[in-house]
Amino acid sequence: MPELIVTKDIDAPGLDTLDGYRQHGGYEALSRALKEYQPDELVELVKKSGLRGRGGAGFPTGTKWSFLAKNDKTRYLCCNADESEPGTFKDRMIMEKSPHLLVEGVILASYACHVSTAFIYVRGELALAGRQVERAIEEAYAAGYIGKNILGSGFSLDVILHRGAGAYICGEESALMESLEGRRGYPRLKPPFPAAVGLYGGPTVINNCETLATLPAIIRNGAEWYASFGTEKSTGTRIFCLSGHVKKPGNYELPLGTPIRTLIYDEQYGGGVLDDRQLKAIIPGGSSTFILGADKVDTPLDFESIAAAGSMLGSGGVVVMHEDTCIVDAVLRMTEFYRDESCGKCTPCREGTYWLTEILHRIEHGDGKESDIDLLMDICDNISGKSFCPLGDAATSSITSSIKLFREEYVYHVREGRCMVGRGVTQTDR
Amino acid sequence: MISEQAKQRMRDLAARYPVARSAIMPALYIAQQEEGYITQAALQAVAEAIGLTVDDVESVATFYTMYYQHPPGKKVIKVCTSIACYLRGCDAVVNHLEKRLGIKRGETSANGNYTFMTVECLASCGTAPVMQVNDEFVEKITLEMVDALVDEWNDALGNISNTNASDGQGRNIKNVEPKTEIRL
Repeated sequence: MPELIVTKDIDAPGLDTLDGYRQHGGYEALSRALKEYQPDELVELVKKSGLRGRGGAGFPTGTKWSFLAKNDKTRYLCCNADESEPGTFKDRMIMEKSPHLLVEGVILASYACHVSTAFIYVRGELALAGRQVERAIEEAYAAGYIGKNILGSGFSLDVILHRGAGAYICGEESALMESLEGRRGYPRLKPPFPAAVGLYGGPTVINNCETLATLPAIIRNGAEWYASFGTEKSTGTRIFCLSGHVKKPGNYELPLGTPIRTLIYDEQYGGGVLDDRQLKAIIPGGSSTFILGADKVDTPLDFESIAAAGSMLGSGGVVVMHEDTCIVDAVLRMTEFYRDESCGKCTPCREGTYWLTEILHRIEHGDGKESDIDLLMDICDNISGKSFCPLGDAATSSITSSIKLFREEYVYHVREGRCMVGRGVTQTDR
Repeated sequence: MISEQAKQRMRDLAARYPVARSAIMPALYIAQQEEGYITQAALQAVAEAIGLTVDDVESVATFYTMYYQHPPGKKVIKVCTSIACYLRGCDAVVNHLEKRLGIKRGETSANGNYTFMTVECLASCGTAPVMQVNDEFVEKITLEMVDALVDEWNDALGNISNTNASDGQGRNIKNVEPKTEIRL
């Protein structure tokens, strides 16, 4: 079992309370950081650790912090805990089981970035997670970890929990800020990037929940220690959310660079494909990333290797599909998500995702034409890179990659009017 | 009617944020808690507490799916139908619930007991298929679990078993929480 960092002690009883968290070294990193580090030194430490954002894009965290505009405007920090990417369920676990870990991370990042007001944007549907984080914030205020002159350091911070209310788009950082400002969650044009002009017009740093929850361990153990895990460019560990057709789905924290095969087949983790069927396809980083074929199962799970294999490490949501999965139906299901979650601001995404589902629906139900397959590719080309924000691009990933990998299944549907394989739904298992 | 206490909480929230407008979403939650859904009175109260027009508040409220535009049932059942739950058989759960509740997805039963919805990924893919009942998770659902839960809800809500009770019977019986322990 490799050393765990973020999920270490995650199942310890009482970890969600202040006392329980302190028994496991909680807030030691904070008191050390306030005593031993100047904010800029903390930025350098995180840069040296190689930590990269765990939300999806994988941008180096310390570098992101150093981009904050140096002006006299008030700076803000937003923790993006609007976890909604299909296949991803790690932030919910952190918030429910170890909310103080996130709160400590938020305080540390705020200190490093000279922020005096931080927001934790928790997805609305995650009611328990929201309650847990809210309670952790209250306990941290009472214990003097948040508020005025924290631990006598002179550093003061306010932390506000903000609940979303059902909109995937608010996980996009500029839409998140709009939502926090009390508006509809429409993305903003970039540039200016949030580091220059963000929340309420101030320089703003936006980090994912897991990213922030990694900070206390880096400060306690050092940048070199953290960088000793993982690969040279993808340092550390990350929580992989394993789901779909595996025997033991769940969250598994592994060093970056661990092969997909280990995650799926190792007895400690996935334990193999459900019913010992053949592996057919893998979505490596949430439904917004390109589908990989079974031949890519030995690809190491790090940013560079997954990119070289033709996809993205994304949010860490690894979805496994076995041989009985109808790819067309699975892709239809994923595309419906983007149709429903498109905010409607820009035409390519709003209209395009609607037509993609219409066409996929008629192919799946035997009413498609062979030209529909190329039509899908054409529409994808008119959405991807031509939408206002990355949601449009994300909507096309599963379609373009599945047509490349499994075109014969689309053709079979058109010609025979039915699936080439059994449905992916394992109703016999229930 | 929105209580004075709720209005005060909204005003406090407006003062807590750097800009008052940011309090719209939490204030809408407070209003919904009182009214059950976003009524005209709810919009009015939020608008007054924060200093905005009713139209402005409504435009925000209608963007987010968790602010209900119609009165929901006593049990709001949301089944996830995204990819991970799909691969683990959520469609069978949806069909079974439709049969047992006597309503289709998106509908509220005539007696006001149930609202049934299919929703997007609920961040619980490791325990798929999943649903939420009044915001609390029910994980690794089997059809047997659905049967047991519906039976208990029907008992607790005074519903006529297995049918879509169209009269107002259910309304007069006190809403008692079911005995089922919902796993979180």
